[in-house]
Amino acid sequence: MWRDALLVAGKDLRIEGRSRVALNQVLPFAVLVLVLFAFALDPDRGVLERAAAGLYWVAVLFSALLAVQRSQAVESGDGTADALRLSGLDPAGVFLGKAGAVALQLLVLEALLGVGVVVLYGVAPAGLGLLVVTALAATAGLAAAGTLYGVIAAGLRVRETLLPLLLLPVLAPVLIAATRASETALSGVSSGVPAGSWLALLVTFAMVYLGFGVVAFGPLLEDA
Amino acid sequence: MTTTAPVEATTDPPDPVAAQGPLGSALTLALGIAALLALAATYALGLALPDTVEQGGYARLIAIHPGLAWASYVAFGVTALASAAWLVPRTRRISWDHLAGASAEVGVVFTGLTLLTGSIWGRPTWGVWWVWDARLTLSALMLAIYLGYLALRRVPSDPEVRASRAAVVALGAVLIIPINHFAVQWWRTLHQGRSLAQLTPENDLDASFIGAMAVGFLAMTLVYAWLTVHRVRVARLEDADAEASLQVAIVERRAEAAR
Repeated sequence: MWRDALLVAGKDLRIEGRSRVALNQVLPFAVLVLVLFAFALDPDRGVLERAAAGLYWVAVLFSALLAVQRSQAVESGDGTADALRLSGLDPAGVFLGKAGAVALQLLVLEALLGVGVVVLYGVAPAGLGLLVVTALAATAGLAAAGTLYGVIAAGLRVRETLLPLLLLPVLAPVLIAATRASETALSGVSSGVPAGSWLALLVTFAMVYLGFGVVAFGPLLEDA
Repeated sequence: MTTTAPVEATTDPPDPVAAQGPLGSALTLALGIAALLALAATYALGLALPDTVEQGGYARLIAIHPGLAWASYVAFGVTALASAAWLVPRTRRISWDHLAGASAEVGVVFTGLTLLTGSIWGRPTWGVWWVWDARLTLSALMLAIYLGYLALRRVPSDPEVRASRAAVVALGAVLIIPINHFAVQWWRTLHQGRSLAQLTPENDLDASFIGAMAVGFLAMTLVYAWLTVHRVRVARLEDADAEASLQVAIVERRAEAAR
């Protein structure tokens, strides 16, 4: 399973390395979202700085949606879906590999987007350790749930419009928990619920969807 | 086209409505009558409740609001169970898929009504129609998740493939029910705690509220069951109709080819 996961992740990352879709399209989109937030909210009154954590994670969420769609799109053309099915790879391995590739791309995007938030929103970076742990846990959840729902919507003619409707409500807990934990890291004071509880929620979410995906991916892949 | 030879009567597909029998059975009729009676009882008991000190007449919403929420939980629980039954190869029947879809549709209606009655209750007691606390946020999320589920079911594709995909989504979605149910304990929220765990049956006033609420639970459950049974029947008829139109089309094409 793990060897298959590495193979699939390597394949997806090589495709990204050659096509640069995430780098040339998804990342600029995410930065654009940050800029649009600045246009929409009055940037002079410190609104952006106060809302930075939430805006950052919304931008990540939208980018994750694009990354998942891209991850499924590379399996849709030229009968690659059939090739994947016939390859004899463990479906659980395929799931973990695809989720892993998405997660890695998202982590790079989050790091660059973090620099963007510091520069554009005037946020002073603080609590880096907590931020990194939050990002890791949240990304695992985003990638796992995203890959699972991505394959559910894959192959349907309406997948572009259906996937956001299916995925965004499911990812809402990640948005809430990651935002609260990031706010705590940035401000240094916890508001009500300690950051540890939010981290626990993120980790639980990631574990549940990783486990769910490992079990459910086989039947889904056969049908897709 | 009157010149073409008529298709033999034996190849005529059976009328799907006739094949399904009359509009429900005596059992569904009894279920419907029981549901309406329980609803009427809820109405009477709810209006008979006295005004309370804090909330005045609005406390009477306790007769319907928790019952609606309960029925939506039941509906999504049934959807999850039916989905699991579909996914297990040994119990795979298309009727499980019909039940899952029907139950989710009714559940979405009940969730919407829960949010609506909750809003009506919240405006006079909290001063706002909506607050972003754990219970309300999770209920809204539940509605969004199941709207997505229904959207997935509406996508035209092979019935078996669609059933499997929908079943996986339903099993993932049902996780929100326990989280939502215990949210009022885990987070400090504006929404009151789990009502039955708080009221004391010894108190006469509390007892009348519990009574109205219990009848409300029963009524909403019966209404849910009644609606779901008929929704499943409609789903079956839809399938039979699709099958019949396919047969008609095949017969017509054959007739064209024979001409």
